[in-house]
Amino acid sequence: MTRAEHTPPSYLTDGNTLRSWLLTHDHKRIAILYAVSITFFFFLGGIAAALIRLELATPAGDLMSAETYNKTFTFHGVVMVWFFLIPSIPNTLGNFLLPLMIGARDVAFPRLNLFSWYLYVTAGLFTIACLLLGGVDTGWTFYTPFSTMFSNSHVMLTVVGVFIVGFSSILTGLNFIVTIHTMRTRGMTWFRLPLFVWSMYGVSLVMVLATPVLAMTLALIAAERLFGVGIFDPALGGDPLLFQHFFWFYSHPAVYIMVLPSMGVVSELITAGVRRRIFGYRFMVYSIIGIAVVGFLVWGHHMFVSGQSMYAGIVFSILSFIVAVPSAIKVFNWTATLYKGDIAFGAPMIYALGFVGLFMVGGLTGLFLAAVALDVNLTDTYFVVAHFHYIMVGGAVMAYLGGIHFWWPKITGRLYSEAWARFAAILMFLGFNLTFFPQFLAGAEGMPRRYHEYPAQFALLNVLSSAGAALLAAAYLLPIGYFLWSLRYGAVAGPDPWGAKGLEWETASPPPTHNFDRPPIVNDGPYAYDDP
Amino acid sequence: MSPTTTRHAEQFDDAAQQREAATFGMWTFLATEILFFGVLFAAYTVFRTLWPDAFASGSRHTDLLLGSLETAVLLTSSFTVALAVRDIQLGGRAMAMWLLVATAILGVAFLAIHGVEYYADYKAAVIPGIRYEEVGSLAPAKQLFFVLYYVTTLFHGLHVTIGVLLLALMARRVRRGDFSADEYTPLEISALYWHLVDIVWVFVFPLYYLVGRS
Repeated sequence: MTRAEHTPPSYLTDGNTLRSWLLTHDHKRIAILYAVSITFFFFLGGIAAALIRLELATPAGDLMSAETYNKTFTFHGVVMVWFFLIPSIPNTLGNFLLPLMIGARDVAFPRLNLFSWYLYVTAGLFTIACLLLGGVDTGWTFYTPFSTMFSNSHVMLTVVGVFIVGFSSILTGLNFIVTIHTMRTRGMTWFRLPLFVWSMYGVSLVMVLATPVLAMTLALIAAERLFGVGIFDPALGGDPLLFQHFFWFYSHPAVYIMVLPSMGVVSELITAGVRRRIFGYRFMVYSIIGIAVVGFLVWGHHMFVSGQSMYAGIVFSILSFIVAVPSAIKVFNWTATLYKGDIAFGAPMIYALGFVGLFMVGGLTGLFLAAVALDVNLTDTYFVVAHFHYIMVGGAVMAYLGGIHFWWPKITGRLYSEAWARFAAILMFLGFNLTFFPQFLAGAEGMPRRYHEYPAQFALLNVLSSAGAALLAAAYLLPIGYFLWSLRYGAVAGPDPWGAKGLEWETASPPPTHNFDRPPIVNDGPYAYDDP
Repeated sequence: MSPTTTRHAEQFDDAAQQREAATFGMWTFLATEILFFGVLFAAYTVFRTLWPDAFASGSRHTDLLLGSLETAVLLTSSFTVALAVRDIQLGGRAMAMWLLVATAILGVAFLAIHGVEYYADYKAAVIPGIRYEEVGSLAPAKQLFFVLYYVTTLFHGLHVTIGVLLLALMARRVRRGDFSADEYTPLEISALYWHLVDIVWVFVFPLYYLVGRS
């Protein structure tokens, strides 16, 4: 606890100039750069969400025109998917923790790591430029031929931005894969890796193998718009369904890019909160890899009503049911880990439990949508909107915030206010459910998505949803306050305030630039809480 | 790729770990590249199945002689780059440098021959979006053939260009004496990249020049 004076400076104090941050090769500083930029985009996307909920508070389309509404939800989708959710856990917590957890000094390619942040920022500038110039109205899915032949908004700018941010993803994934393969410290065998590292490995595989497909598809869209050629335009012999296949070949695995890291975070939070080894470690590992692999084979469930063949629909339906199995294994194993345990309900644990519950609702409603006959009724309704927000906001964002709380003392060396943090976590859980549960009901009754007005019969459910969104917004703003407060007034954390296991807790908080005084040696599996 | 001798970057324990990481990084990157090109091959497969006649007709437009020449040039270049790596492994230097120069020149030759093909296409007005004057019932679907042909060959050409620059850089580093029989990782992974460029062409050539020609 008291190794204060004669230790090397922490990564935060090792250089105080702006230059020392913007040209840093330190994975921890790059993580902070990412954290600041994705937080910015999170609030930008959040403002769009607030406008959407405000518009939908009344049945009439009175706040904005249909066109502006289209641009608003497109902006919300593009920003939240590519500029917040996909980079969220991997690029902040992943960057910060991955080398620490495997006992390395840094990632394998630190300059490449910094470069991918610059790619992210460049892509972000394109997206902001698009917003300032008037936005884009295609939806985040860029479906053709609307995006290539008919839309008069800034499709090109947005597509270029997403194309560039894709490379940021690919390079991060590449860096992580190589780091995990080659930089593990002595004794850190594959089956001693913390599950967070395994989840980073799974997500990196998906990033490296799925993102190029999106990039090339967007390049084809750009070619089609620029040169008026018809790759996806049926009038010119092209095939719009092919676009959807390519798009979802990336964008379904992208869901796992968002949720796999969350599963990794939650495994860490739960084991530390109940002070036990994870139940069924190997199955947790296999299910991460299983989800990453099978996740590549289910994209057609986004296309049940698109006109793909009936047999394709059946096959994709079956595969989508199969991908639920490893997800269920994880939920059962978390539950088994907690069963009859002595649970400490700190803020990270509240987030983790929130994640498990909301992910389960999201996952089970996913099974509804994976059933072709039900999907034909529910597709393009608010049921779908509610379903994926349960996974992405209820799942990924809850886990991200849980992780930020859990590792905040490690990252900053300070403790946040536990009472405020618990309050925010509970408010978030309530606000989230109030926002999105009514959308299941509205969707089941047939309320279509992507319209700025709706029949009066859905008014009550939408008012509830908008009220929930206000709570949710407050719950998202609270951590900004108490986190900033903790930087100055928070109690000094010490290396391991939670008594948690894992190499990251064995070094100082905040860690020195090269992480460890000497390379750590590992001689036990992760979560060895039963050891004295 | 800063370390020039057996020194290693600070994040690594030793040079062996650095070599392993660099090589594995390139292999991972090549996996990504395969998915990039995979989209184009998948689109080709779909459209060829949808419009077999138009694609056969499009295939007959490509220049078999020049295409074969390009293939020969590129395969030879893969051979020379492999010899360059071998020469370094055996402690050589001058020979390796000239072999790399030869590889880069072959790469440029490949691009030049392709330029000749593109010019012929321009004269024949079969470049979609630039100059495309095909008529008849097959014209729209045939246009798809040429769109894919152009996207694929231009994207491949971009890779060849990057490869040529990389090989020229490696030739310079060999001349400077940066590599030895023990330490030549940058050269090795550049050669790996060049082989990928070559292998992609081995698939492009039959699909666009050979299949359905007769």
